[in-house]
Amino acid sequence: MSRQYETVIGLEVHVELATKTKIFCGCSTEFGGAPNTHTCPVCTGMPGALPVLNKQVVEYAMAVGLATNCSITQYCKFDRKNYFYPDNPQNYQISQLYLPICRNGGIEIETAAGRKTIGIHEIHMEEDAGKLIHDEWDDCSLVDFNRSGVPLIEIVSEPDMRSAEEVIAYLEKLRLIIQYLGASDCKLQEGSMRADVNLSVRQVGSETFGTRTEMKNLNSFKAIARAIEGERARQIELLEEGKEVIQETRRWDDNKEYSYPMRSKEDAQDYRYFPEPDLVPISISDEWIARVREAQPELHDEKRRRYCEEYKLPDYDAQILTSYKKLADLFEETVAICNRPKKVSNWLMVETMRLLKEHNMDPDELSFQPSNLAKLIMLVENQTINGTVAKEVFEQIFKEDVDPERYVEEKGLKVNSNADELYEIVRRVIEENPQSVEDYHNGKQKAIGFLVGQTMKATQGKANPGMVNQILKELL
Amino acid sequence: MANKISDEVIDYVSILAKLELSEEEKEQAKSDMGSMLDYIDKLNELDTDGVEPMSHVFPVTNVFRDDVVTNGDNSAETLANAPAEKEGSFQVPKTVD
Repeated sequence: MSRQYETVIGLEVHVELATKTKIFCGCSTEFGGAPNTHTCPVCTGMPGALPVLNKQVVEYAMAVGLATNCSITQYCKFDRKNYFYPDNPQNYQISQLYLPICRNGGIEIETAAGRKTIGIHEIHMEEDAGKLIHDEWDDCSLVDFNRSGVPLIEIVSEPDMRSAEEVIAYLEKLRLIIQYLGASDCKLQEGSMRADVNLSVRQVGSETFGTRTEMKNLNSFKAIARAIEGERARQIELLEEGKEVIQETRRWDDNKEYSYPMRSKEDAQDYRYFPEPDLVPISISDEWIARVREAQPELHDEKRRRYCEEYKLPDYDAQILTSYKKLADLFEETVAICNRPKKVSNWLMVETMRLLKEHNMDPDELSFQPSNLAKLIMLVENQTINGTVAKEVFEQIFKEDVDPERYVEEKGLKVNSNADELYEIVRRVIEENPQSVEDYHNGKQKAIGFLVGQTMKATQGKANPGMVNQILKELL
Repeated sequence: MANKISDEVIDYVSILAKLELSEEEKEQAKSDMGSMLDYIDKLNELDTDGVEPMSHVFPVTNVFRDDVVTNGDNSAETLANAPAEKEGSFQVPKTVD
């Protein structure tokens, strides 16, 4: 009889803040610049350079802390974490160990099993490291310090999660909160949100934790879920064989679906933290906290409730629309123009989602103007175009942000409601399809559908479907 | 000197500091570190009950910078310090984690 195991998971989530400049110098944080173009003596660790804290970093960190129900450490400071690695030019990272800016919070997640609160142990501010690119050609590594000094917050959860599902729900909730605050775009693929998974297993009912490992290199929700399953299985196997789990940092290889111990981190995990002497402490007044709290925009949960009440949307719609800030923004801006909430919701939830999936895109990449969707909705409503044409026009809005009014005009897509013309076309369709006409007269109601289809085809989809139906019934 | 630094400690600290010390340097470092710890012991003789830990030598807080880009492309100056350079980057021995 095999033993029952429980997985215990805590996360360390690094989020790159959306500031314009780095945490301690006036270099740009813009992503994708040519190597080392956003560098200066401060972020490349030159002797004698003096860091000065970016105020916006403190405000973003506080905003995230308040939105995740943390208490703010009103007297906080930075510490030095000492280690050698080529991506770290100072040979230390400025971080917070003793007095992190936010402590003791938590957020509520929702899974199939119900609601649950995941505790947040602390949130601290720190600087990112540079980027190492491995050059296979010359068997060397290349260092780009553009990312060195980009502000990060590290959100450390309590070991409150028990499954991959809970981990994903927690990460999605965090991402939503932070995106809504505008504190980061939280893109896992681009590395602006990174999660390290601390995982241990223990027998069900056990009060003590097992030995944990830390997994790095997880850059998608799917990779995180697979890594959790893989590491859980690996640890259980060790225990079943009577072996021990070793506390170590492991690198997840998503192609091989296996984690490997990280050798470079083996030698020394002694960071010899000490208070950062180049930076003065931060003193956060009650007034400052109140100001940040007041400036907090409407967050996800609140917005979801409001969509149901104010726009009378079903909760299902509200949940999908608010699951990406970009979608919610588009929704509100479009409704503000055309005042057709349910119609806007349908276009976003059905056609937009379908096209996003088809093009393998993220909602953040949507680039059409709300006014164009609003115009399209009105074109359908006042029967200038029919539903089939509308979908076709929407694809053009989605792809190239076309103005639907102009597009419909130029392509001649307006509904044909010219009775004389339609009579003529329907007569021809009837002549050409005697079999269907006979079927219809023999009681096959479906045959009329075929004839409507043929008429639509003859008009390139532009016929007013209501009129076609009426004319057909009349002529048959 | 009250504090004696063992060979194991000095070897460990050398690894952390990425220093290779000669036997002579090791002895010197052991004696230096020992007297530093003696000094700390001396400070520990003071009664500090009720004294707030000092986190900075200056009684100053909240020195901030506004979030405004002030630096331009400084890559030439930055790379001037590179022992080896390739494609606008510092070239270092292959480092894989």
